[in-house]
Amino acid sequence: MKTAVIVFPGVNCEHDVVHTLKALGGEAELVWHRETDLSDFDGVVLPGGFAHGDALRTGAIARFSPAMTEVTRMAGEGRPILGICNGWQVLCESHLLPGAHIANRDMSFVCRFVDTEVVDTNSILTRTATVGQRLRIPLNSYEGAWVDPSDSGRVVLRYIDNPNGSQNRAAAVTNVAGNVAGVMPHPERATDHLLGSTDGNVLLEGFLHSLVPA
Amino acid sequence: MKVTVTIDRRPEIADPEGTTVKRALHDLGFIETNGVRMDRVVHLEIDGDDPVDVEARVEDMCKQLLANPVLEDFKVRVEK
Repeated sequence: MKTAVIVFPGVNCEHDVVHTLKALGGEAELVWHRETDLSDFDGVVLPGGFAHGDALRTGAIARFSPAMTEVTRMAGEGRPILGICNGWQVLCESHLLPGAHIANRDMSFVCRFVDTEVVDTNSILTRTATVGQRLRIPLNSYEGAWVDPSDSGRVVLRYIDNPNGSQNRAAAVTNVAGNVAGVMPHPERATDHLLGSTDGNVLLEGFLHSLVPA
Repeated sequence: MKVTVTIDRRPEIADPEGTTVKRALHDLGFIETNGVRMDRVVHLEIDGDDPVDVEARVEDMCKQLLANPVLEDFKVRVEK
């Protein structure tokens, strides 16, 4: 079972994600955003970075990449789709997840480890975690505050101290079906003791366990 | 034709940039400043002769790309 890690121009976490998924026993490949056929893949990760330089709004241009047509099809089929940081912003712009992102409450780029708590395990991101589990993961974003006027997004991971002013302290959100998830902190950067934390592994293991053959 | 699009963040959505600018204005003594919203203006040059058609096309652009309906409202003005 294979995961496509979509590369938009300007993303910068794609190699970390591929490395981590492989280290956890998964198969993963970089896929350029112009790709029109993802039928060889069983799931998708949209990695972090600055797709199209964040022109207009974060994720606004990436949404129209040909690969996103395939991502939307796969999401509808119930396949696991995970957006990390900028990838979550792309999923919101694509209307695969509710809400949108605005600048952090204090107008500062937050780049540090943050403490989060698992509050819902019914998602591809949190299914191998337990409710109440504390996870220490690096946050690295400026437009990281999630807002959802529809109040329909299901929060699965919450900040303890809400460093960016995200609605409902959301650090990660899923759709109704639980197969599309977005997370603002970077689980792939908390996967080895050398990185200062291994708390991200349980989230990416959840993603890998959600893959079923296409 | 020249077209101006104003994209306003909905009043119920926070505007941290506006809040920061308001604080700076207060620091400068402009304490009468009650609110600051940092909205965006997009200037377009569009091929076409019929202002009604041009306006409809630009509204379509706003719905598809230029504005995010979750956060923003937009106004289209075709210059005469």
